[in-house]
Amino acid sequence: MRNINVKLLTEVVADMCKEANYFLGQDVIAALEKGLHGEVSPAGKEVFKQLLENARIAAEEEIPICQDTGFAVIFVELGQDVHLTGGDFNEAIQEGVRRGYTEGYLRKSIVKDPLERVNTNDNTPAVIHIDIVPGDEIKLTFVPKGGGSENMSAVKMLTPSQGAGGLVDFVVNTVNLAGANPCPPLVVGVGFGGTFEKVALLAKKALLRPLGQTNADPYYAGLEKEMLERINRTGIGPQGFGGRITALAVHIEVFPCHIATMPAAVNINCHACRHVERVI
Amino acid sequence: MEAKRIQVPLTDEVVTQLKAGDSVLISGVVFTARDTAHKRLAQLLEQGEELPVDLKGQIIYYVGPSPARPGRIIGSAGPTTSGRMDLYTPLLLRHGVKGLIGKGLRSDAVRKALQENRALYMAATGGAGALLAKRIKAAEVVAYHELGPEAIHRFVVEDFPVTVINDSYGNDLYSSGRQRFAGE
Repeated sequence: MRNINVKLLTEVVADMCKEANYFLGQDVIAALEKGLHGEVSPAGKEVFKQLLENARIAAEEEIPICQDTGFAVIFVELGQDVHLTGGDFNEAIQEGVRRGYTEGYLRKSIVKDPLERVNTNDNTPAVIHIDIVPGDEIKLTFVPKGGGSENMSAVKMLTPSQGAGGLVDFVVNTVNLAGANPCPPLVVGVGFGGTFEKVALLAKKALLRPLGQTNADPYYAGLEKEMLERINRTGIGPQGFGGRITALAVHIEVFPCHIATMPAAVNINCHACRHVERVI
Repeated sequence: MEAKRIQVPLTDEVVTQLKAGDSVLISGVVFTARDTAHKRLAQLLEQGEELPVDLKGQIIYYVGPSPARPGRIIGSAGPTTSGRMDLYTPLLLRHGVKGLIGKGLRSDAVRKALQENRALYMAATGGAGALLAKRIKAAEVVAYHELGPEAIHRFVVEDFPVTVINDSYGNDLYSSGRQRFAGE
């Protein structure tokens, strides 16, 4: 048994909010550099140049990469031998978000009610997903998720007879319909299997995988490649200006499903695929 | 491609010289407005009331900036998705707005209204808010302060980089760009 004071969680979450929004990951920067060399469209190349320059300015000046500093989504892997002390675990995380967004000059983008739409002014509440795992550590993953790309995401209850082709068509069509809206070049997270709610979570988790890393199963790695190629043949291109690079990566996460179902979800992320991890 | 420099307020002469696909550097004043501000502006126009700012000949930039650090002009300030403003845009164009900056697809009604009213829809690079903020030389909230990031700001911009998506002739870069590179 290890005691961890929840005040530590508040501090760590506050730092993660800032870090994720100022510093684009090296995996994404490498993908953008590859895109700059691979893109044939002059307007598309200019977009890659601007995005790389943008990442440099954001890091140097500690200003958000994008003004949409997102909905604070936090994945927690809580070791079962951890004993949390010093207060309410959930509230400690919310306080971390509150502090991080306020101290970090990050935009407050959350409204209290979907219809009344009054801003909560501190970017809370965060969406928190908790898994209990063996061990005495806490792993936190912070994902600020932008609204523009979230709006272009979709869940579809496919039927088993639709097979792999049905999944690929659904993913490519979702990206095709989104066009320029979600700020391509995209990172496309695909959930496949599970239940209606599980598949959406799988799609979000797929966005956490470092760019350039494929699904461990060679079959699904092949499907990722096929989907990426088809998405990049749509011609949408960087920012929708036309080009050969519409997505930087497609990641699939798979889970068993019911004999009657074949759920699929597409969580679209813009090029600013932001996430940071900390282990306490 | 060499970027064309334009100055706000926009005239018919400037608008009609620009075509979909042109790279443009904007200097002058732009007003920000997004979802809720649009709803309010449209309500005022429908009721025949005066707007809190004169938008004739002006450019509306769809952006909700992040807060400025002390001593800075503005935080990160890139475009938001334009389609959410489609419902209100034809009315604003009829009222004399000459340019729109955002990102993403517009409705048929907006594209038609751009032609009828000789106006331009331009895209700034989505997700380049730190870079775009460098081209904003002054910023103040001029209406709807209570909306926070959704308030109407008056920006003075210098060489603000955009690409013309929909021109006053009915051309659309999103569809022509896609056609040019599809299937390769």
